[in-house]
Amino acid sequence: MAEAHYHSIRFDSSACHGCMACMRVCPTQAVRIRCGHATMLEDRCIDCGECIKVCTRNAVVPLTASPAGLGHFDYTVAVPSPALYTQFDLNVTPGTIHQALRNSGFDAAASLSWSCGAVTHAIDLFLAEYRGPGPLISSFCPSVVRLVQIKYPELVDQLLPVLSPREVAAREAKRQASVETGLPPDRIHAVYMTPCPAKMVSIVDHPGMDASYIDSAVGISDLFPLLAPVIREVQTSGLHVPETETAAGLGWAFSISLPSTLPAEHTMSVWGLPNVLRILDDIDKGKLQRYTFIECHACFEGCVSGALTVENPYVARARALRLQQSLPKRDPVDRADMRARHERGEFRTTVPFAVRPPRPLGGDIVTAITRMQERDRVAARLPGIDCGACGSPTCATFAEDVVTGEVDLAQCVVLRQGQLEEQLARLAAAGVPASREQRARRSGDDGH
Amino acid sequence: MTDAEFVRAYDIVGADFTNAGRASTGIKETLKNMGLASALIRRVAIAAYEAEMNMVMYARRGTMTLHVTPNDVTIDVRDEGPGIPDITLAMQEGYSTATPEMREMGFGAGMGLPNIRRNTDEMVITSEVNQGTAIVMTVHVS
Repeated sequence: MAEAHYHSIRFDSSACHGCMACMRVCPTQAVRIRCGHATMLEDRCIDCGECIKVCTRNAVVPLTASPAGLGHFDYTVAVPSPALYTQFDLNVTPGTIHQALRNSGFDAAASLSWSCGAVTHAIDLFLAEYRGPGPLISSFCPSVVRLVQIKYPELVDQLLPVLSPREVAAREAKRQASVETGLPPDRIHAVYMTPCPAKMVSIVDHPGMDASYIDSAVGISDLFPLLAPVIREVQTSGLHVPETETAAGLGWAFSISLPSTLPAEHTMSVWGLPNVLRILDDIDKGKLQRYTFIECHACFEGCVSGALTVENPYVARARALRLQQSLPKRDPVDRADMRARHERGEFRTTVPFAVRPPRPLGGDIVTAITRMQERDRVAARLPGIDCGACGSPTCATFAEDVVTGEVDLAQCVVLRQGQLEEQLARLAAAGVPASREQRARRSGDDGH
Repeated sequence: MTDAEFVRAYDIVGADFTNAGRASTGIKETLKNMGLASALIRRVAIAAYEAEMNMVMYARRGTMTLHVTPNDVTIDVRDEGPGIPDITLAMQEGYSTATPEMREMGFGAGMGLPNIRRNTDEMVITSEVNQGTAIVMTVHVS
């Protein structure tokens, strides 16, 4: 399980000037500022993209595919995230977006409505048979999955072992394209239009799966400037575009559409990583067992507030609700077909979710005890104000960084200032005259 | 063997429900950081959490002191509070003196002390009425 940690985020040291915004916002304390630039602790990062959202210098770079590079495949299927539908004006329907994707060089656009509806049924069928420990935790947000793998190893077996709508959509689109074209499925390329870098990680890492059905991901923010003019062309052409999508899929832009059979008092929806952390802490303590299912989203407004979206998440969410009203309400799936697929295991993950505990302070217990003692001795000397000037997000993380030899204790500016003042006091006691400023500070006035 | 021992104390304030659970979370994080097995950590964390919540609910104040040696993880819990008049009764599953308010918050199932016993290898509980309660709980590392 100790494979290298793949990340979909890279810090560009030529653009980064070490402002600490990303370090302060990082929910897993995976950022350090070293030598004036942000660096990542790879065993702690969950690719949530909060650092991308706060960086004003574009120094946090998502490693998604370039839309320009997608023309080399025999057949390319676009797999839109439901969040994509919320990024344009209200009169731009999902059908128009699918047409614009086809006009932009994609051979087909997958239907998310069908796969979202299918996964809702799959959850229902799975829960009806589940007898394991509760509550189950949704596994569709890759940052939440990675958070559990890293920080809550005891909860990996409570991650819902049901495939995400994006994977189901990509698989179905490939099957369909293969039937229509005669090409083998491995010659068909599925591109996800992603609202966040974390989905990129789930393609490479494919937790719970032997391999992802998605081949690459394009950030919505990269796609937007290319797609917007094509959408206008489609609108002005007067072409009638078929509407394949239903209301069911749109809701997934900010929330999971849970089965109506699931009693509301047995479910909970949690948005935003600080909140997700608190809920997972509670589950880890053995609380919340009366809940059957808890949906967790790393982003505060769900996928519409992903780091690679362009529209204000509240506007996007309002649009999703409006679009839901205008689209057909019918259930996009056939129940008998769902049951047959469920019995064939078509919606189940194929491998267990792995654990990925971060590197501990010491390799063996004796080293760990020695280092933890040292860590507490260092921490006791620190001011505890979490100023971040040392390049670690908190005094506690700094103490650990000192003990592991990552950084020198002298990086603490508060400690250094105190030492400097002691030195000056010693010099003064030895008869060296103090400067005007030092005299002023000691006598408590401001020198004027 | 070796006499290496890591010790850290946590202060608990009675009726402070805002911070309730922080000490046991801190203990859990520390043990993770030390690289102990996750099954062991979970047992310690559940026992620590039960003991912490007992203090928050019933005691005026208390301390939890974590001791880690190469052989054992021990938590020494001491509080100033009402004490337990009948420990044998308190150790029975389902026995609880929780108030309706505590039950409202999801506590009071009478599983606290039994849960500590179930998740630890050794548990010694002593109590004096109107003075306080002490629990020493140990989980063997190997």
